[in-house]
Amino acid sequence: MTQQPNPALAMSSKARSRIADRTFWAICLIAGIAVLAILGLILGSLISQSMPAFREAGLDMFTNTRWVPNDPDADGPAGPIYGLLAFAYGTVVVSIIALIFAVPVSLGIALFLTELAPRRVRGTVVTFIDLLASVPSVVFGLWGVLVVAPALVPVYQWLHGTLGGIPVLGRLFGEAASGRNFMTAGIILALMIVPIITSISREVFDTVPDSDKQAAWALGATRWEMIKGSVLPHSFGGVVGAIMLGLGRAMGETILVALVMGSAVQITPNLFAGGYALPGAIVNLFGESSGTFTAVLMVMGVVLFVMTVLINLLARVIVRRAEVRMKGATA
Amino acid sequence: MTSVTSISTLIPGNASAMPTSSARTVMQLTDVSVFYGAYEAVRGTTMPIREHQITAMIGPSGCGKSTVLRSLNRMNDLINGARIQGTITFHDQDLYAPNVDPIQVRRRIGMVFQKPNPFPKSIYENVAYGLRINGIKDNLDGRVEKALRDAALWDEVKGKLNTSGLALSGGQQQRLCIARAIAVQPEVILMDEPCSALDPIATGKIEDLMHELSRTFTIVIVTHNMQQAARVSHYTAFFTAEVDDKQVRHGRLVEFNDTGRIFTNPNDKRTEDYITGRFG
Ligand SMILES: Nc1ncnc2c1ncn2[C@@H]1O[C@H](COP(=O)(O)OP(=O)(O)OP(=O)(O)O)[C@@H](O)[C@H]1O
Ligand SMILES: [Mg+2]
Repeated sequence: MTQQPNPALAMSSKARSRIADRTFWAICLIAGIAVLAILGLILGSLISQSMPAFREAGLDMFTNTRWVPNDPDADGPAGPIYGLLAFAYGTVVVSIIALIFAVPVSLGIALFLTELAPRRVRGTVVTFIDLLASVPSVVFGLWGVLVVAPALVPVYQWLHGTLGGIPVLGRLFGEAASGRNFMTAGIILALMIVPIITSISREVFDTVPDSDKQAAWALGATRWEMIKGSVLPHSFGGVVGAIMLGLGRAMGETILVALVMGSAVQITPNLFAGGYALPGAIVNLFGESSGTFTAVLMVMGVVLFVMTVLINLLARVIVRRAEVRMKGATA
Repeated sequence: MTSVTSISTLIPGNASAMPTSSARTVMQLTDVSVFYGAYEAVRGTTMPIREHQITAMIGPSGCGKSTVLRSLNRMNDLINGARIQGTITFHDQDLYAPNVDPIQVRRRIGMVFQKPNPFPKSIYENVAYGLRINGIKDNLDGRVEKALRDAALWDEVKGKLNTSGLALSGGQQQRLCIARAIAVQPEVILMDEPCSALDPIATGKIEDLMHELSRTFTIVIVTHNMQQAARVSHYTAFFTAEVDDKQVRHGRLVEFNDTGRIFTNPNDKRTEDYITGRFG
């Protein structure tokens, strides 16, 4: 107590901790730069590879709904037409359908697991969901084509019969020629992204402080009112994040969507019609393409990339604003 | 004895701190024991809660004050394995009778916690939440304003009702929690160390508030602050932890009496030791 610590010793230990600090900082910096560099490289080469398409097809790609990349019988237009809108439409529609099914189911399961289920049930369900997550998407796709699509045809026909007559809305429920369509693809896709949304939401719900739940209980809340008052407001940001991860997977999913949805290049409100999505088109057409055609497929990649980035930015803005409203500027 | 008198001088001289002898009994605990699993945390508590009076629970840490408090509005039901023995009545009705719905109980017996816990929602929505879940839809604005006024918070927040409740200071948050609790017009409000996270000024505000509120509500408060118990309460229950012959600690109610009596002339030696600081 009485003896002062040796100043030299104190200094050297401080210097050591500073070296450790710096090393850590350097590692973080390198990792961060590496991520940015890889991302930049991908985007850079995508854009440079797609330049020929921009030169030849130009902005027509983003406004034209027709897709006639080559014209074997020479009875069509004089040159190839590279309209990408139908593919973007396919990606958007399938992803929206997938979210409409997956989000309520995932949040329902996650709430059930965190707020209701006894521990034993919890473990079983979690194992089951993890198993679902490990099924390769091609298996989902094959199952969708071989089993689900044919099985759903009568359902679609019935829906068309009952809802098809409604004015505007009825157009969504048109004729179902086969089960391979937007709807089936969306449903199978939903199945594929349920595990990821569920497991992340579950972790988010688990972080809701007990004191917040007690506050609701003490006001005489029922379980559902407690969830609405405490759990959901607390988890909003995290849940949106979970949904975004699911959406990212849905938008990028290739083989499943290509298998289940077929390859009809069309923009139609009919959810029971076939379609084509960007990732599937890239994979299917890459082998037979060359020159400008290949460059157009690169543009598809850029479009997918930009769509994902925009959606994520939008989600960030929404979350940020909601958090400020709910938790104050410090959140 | 000097310290006893020094504490007793803290009892406000006005009559409002004197218990109203005619006050009705709203709740009655009779031989109540509370268990967590096999562990009997509190043993054999018998005491009344009187209408429009403030009842303080004091005692060393771990003696079961919060446990007893939570059993008064069945918050213990939420803890796995918690159960009670004995009876607690509310207007002569058994709170733990099989046909009693704990959710209805909590709507009539509210609670304010040690740590301010506003919902991550706007100030307005925090107060309106209880009204909404009670199905009250008419005049929400008026009711929210009244609750905030009664909680002595209105003037500080009236311009920013749509900002987050979490953006308030700790003391304001606690008054928001009080506003939230009183908005639904419960009969009894239970407070578990409501001032322990607050500075003396905020504490003073909440103590003044409790006096005001006791005109309308019945209040039970757990506190570690002896002066606070002496200042605000009409009745005081002193709990302590006892070790039985099997070396297990149980909380026990030692003495229940008018606050004036407890702080100037307690019946039990242990009470006197505790309030004079010779214990715990
Ligand atoms: N959820 C619980 N599960 C099991 N035992 C518990 C639980 N809560 C409290 N206990 C036990 O019950 C006893 C009384 O606890 P309680 O929280 O009621 O004490 P307290 O008087 O409020 O203490 P403090 O003044 O520190 O808040 C303690 O021995 C504690 O360990
Ligand atoms: Mg306590």
